Amino acid sequence: MTHTRTYQTPAIIIKKTKLGEADRILTMYSPTLGKFQGIAKAVRKPKSKLSGHLEMLTYAQVTLVHGKTIDTIIGGQTINSFLSLRNDLDLISCALYMAEILFQFVPEETVDQGLFTLLLSSLECLPFAKDRNQLLRYFEMHLLQGVGYRPELSNCVFCRRELAPITNAFAPSAGGVLCPSCIKLGKHYAYAVSWDCLGVMLFLQEGDLESVLATPIETTVINEIERLIRSYVRHLLEKEIKSIAWLNSLKQNDCCH
Amino acid sequence: MDKAQPLATDAVNRLIQEFAKLPGIGPKSAQRITYYLLRASSEQAQSLSDALLTLRQKTQLCSCCYNISDADLCIICRNPQRNPSQVLIVEQPQDILALEHMGIYKGHYHVLHGAISPTEGVGGKDIRLNELLARLSESRISEVIIGTNPTLEGDTTAMYIKRLVTPLGLHVTRLARGLPFGSELEYADDVTLSRAIEGRQEF
Ligand SMILES: [Zn+2]
Ligand SMILES: [Zn+2]
Repeated sequence: MTHTRTYQTPAIIIKKTKLGEADRILTMYSPTLGKFQGIAKAVRKPKSKLSGHLEMLTYAQVTLVHGKTIDTIIGGQTINSFLSLRNDLDLISCALYMAEILFQFVPEETVDQGLFTLLLSSLECLPFAKDRNQLLRYFEMHLLQGVGYRPELSNCVFCRRELAPITNAFAPSAGGVLCPSCIKLGKHYAYAVSWDCLGVMLFLQEGDLESVLATPIETTVINEIERLIRSYVRHLLEKEIKSIAWLNSLKQNDCCH
Repeated sequence: MDKAQPLATDAVNRLIQEFAKLPGIGPKSAQRITYYLLRASSEQAQSLSDALLTLRQKTQLCSCCYNISDADLCIICRNPQRNPSQVLIVEQPQDILALEHMGIYKGHYHVLHGAISPTEGVGGKDIRLNELLARLSESRISEVIIGTNPTLEGDTTAMYIKRLVTPLGLHVTRLARGLPFGSELEYADDVTLSRAIEGRQEF
């Protein structure tokens, strides 16, 4: 039997960490290997042939050689550098947020072709999306679903009764929506959620990317959903997604001008 | 971490461990330097330890550009020959050394001491951007040259600075990004190539 020491895979770079003086540890997301790490040697030196192919958020065909503790990246060829994202501050910030939240939720070396496609198509669509926030909410809903945290939005999590078209409540710790009588039991901290908002959340959860991007959604509703998902994510991860602070600071800047 | 060496004394091990923390020095080199110092003259050891202490005691950040300095104002900010209307923004003080080595640039600098990295929680407030804005609003600067690294963090920082500075009506440029000297075209990535084409010049 031949033992191959090198292997290849297409992958998107979702995290990079400096190592020593000139190296980097990269976390990549691959359709065939899931989330995995490799060390990229000397990529922080200006003459590195690999560095441009292994920058954060690049989709590249990477070649690695097996190592004792960590594999070493010995080759990289860009498939898509998402150039139009890179030249726009708001877009690149949204893309970084997607990479970070995916990194946080996806377990190591668990293959999920669907989640890979979600990341790739979201990055591809981002420059063309009329409403970036709408795309982010779609991404979050589908990511949560892919990693097994699909929020329950049709029936009350407690009594299982179908939700009535009134104001219900979203309870992060319950993993979905509670009806008014179950909220009164007071076991979970919950946020009021309007019937309109719930409908849009269901649409984001069940719709495909194309139809979501083609459907105009009111900003107030998207902002309401953003708040609910943020609280759900915070509950699940027990920490903040760091790039949220940055996205917020960009928003504040917008108001000043 | 590597194992403590049972044959060496605590003092020797402590110094080996300190050296091993430095960039570019592995456990073997740390050991070699330590044993070298053990044999070296006491004057040499004294001079090294003085140099280390003075480094921290006599070095501060320039109150204007945040370059490392031996006085309130650094040697560049003190120099009347330099053009005060230009400011070149860099990530690290070491970048100034590289640029000064060429001796072509005659303006002033501003050191950010970092770059924006949203996923690491480093935002605009965590680097010396407020200091830059304060400087731009009250001094004679008319041209801002952005010299952040051609990395995702450097690009993000550059685009953010442009957004902050443009309303002030200043002329903003960025150091050209393109093919590195001595590299071969066929190995270049798309981002580098596209920027090299955008930044092409009359020849
Ligand atoms: Zn109920
Ligand atoms: Zn100075």
